[in-house]
Amino acid sequence: MNVFDEEQIGRLLRLLPPAPEGWVRAAQELPAARATLDELVARAEQDAAFRLQLQADLERAVTAAGYEPSPYVVSRLRQLIEAD
Amino acid sequence: MVRGMAVEQTDAQLVSRCRDGDAGAWNEFVERFSRYVYAISSRGFRLAQHDAEDVFQEVFARAYERLSELRSDDAVRPWLAQLTRRLCIDRLRLLARDTPSDAELDERDVDDVLTTLDDAMDVRSALDKVGDPCREILDRFFCRDESYRAIGEALDIPAGTIASRISRCLEKVRIEFDGREGASRPS
Repeated sequence: MNVFDEEQIGRLLRLLPPAPEGWVRAAQELPAARATLDELVARAEQDAAFRLQLQADLERAVTAAGYEPSPYVVSRLRQLIEAD
Repeated sequence: MVRGMAVEQTDAQLVSRCRDGDAGAWNEFVERFSRYVYAISSRGFRLAQHDAEDVFQEVFARAYERLSELRSDDAVRPWLAQLTRRLCIDRLRLLARDTPSDAELDERDVDDVLTTLDDAMDVRSALDKVGDPCREILDRFFCRDESYRAIGEALDIPAGTIASRISRCLEKVRIEFDGREGASRPS
């Protein structure tokens, strides 16, 4: 069992500063990014020309399709293309 | 009900809500564990900021994708710690391949840091339970390193009273923490 006095509690609290706001926001937007990814994957499966565009220039193809090329979407799409 | 006391959900309850697709639950999940993941990568593994950011995003991406694979919802914190640890080690290996260095990672040191961070998370959880205004005051002073003056201005309270408020709030957190530890002790 841990027992801490007030000084130790203060020291422990100091070990957990907030993560940068932008990082937290990006992580919180993952559900939306995941939905975007699912739509792009579905389109790539049905549209050979779009698949070629993704292979040629992934970020540009995502933007041209009207989506935000977030790091999550780009990295997961890249993994899928490389595994293809 | 004690004024300011927050209704705190357990980790398991929060994970369950995330799995059920509750729109706000994921935001709370990230909010609750973001400091922990950040501290492991920056304090435990001393990653540079841009490497820590990549690890941070990958941890939450995998957590989001694999939350359903978690065997016990109560075990989410050690699961995240393990995930973060593995991704930090991968990153360090990648960096060492690009820029070889003599500096070796001592995993025992990392273990010590992780144990301390777990204690810090338990204390943080007690602070969340105590709620505002203590949470706000202690967070600003200890976690955000704000001065008495800055805290006083932000919360519209006299700067001269901040020290005594901090002292009283620390005592409340200690009492809350001791109560929890006592409750979890086997009888």
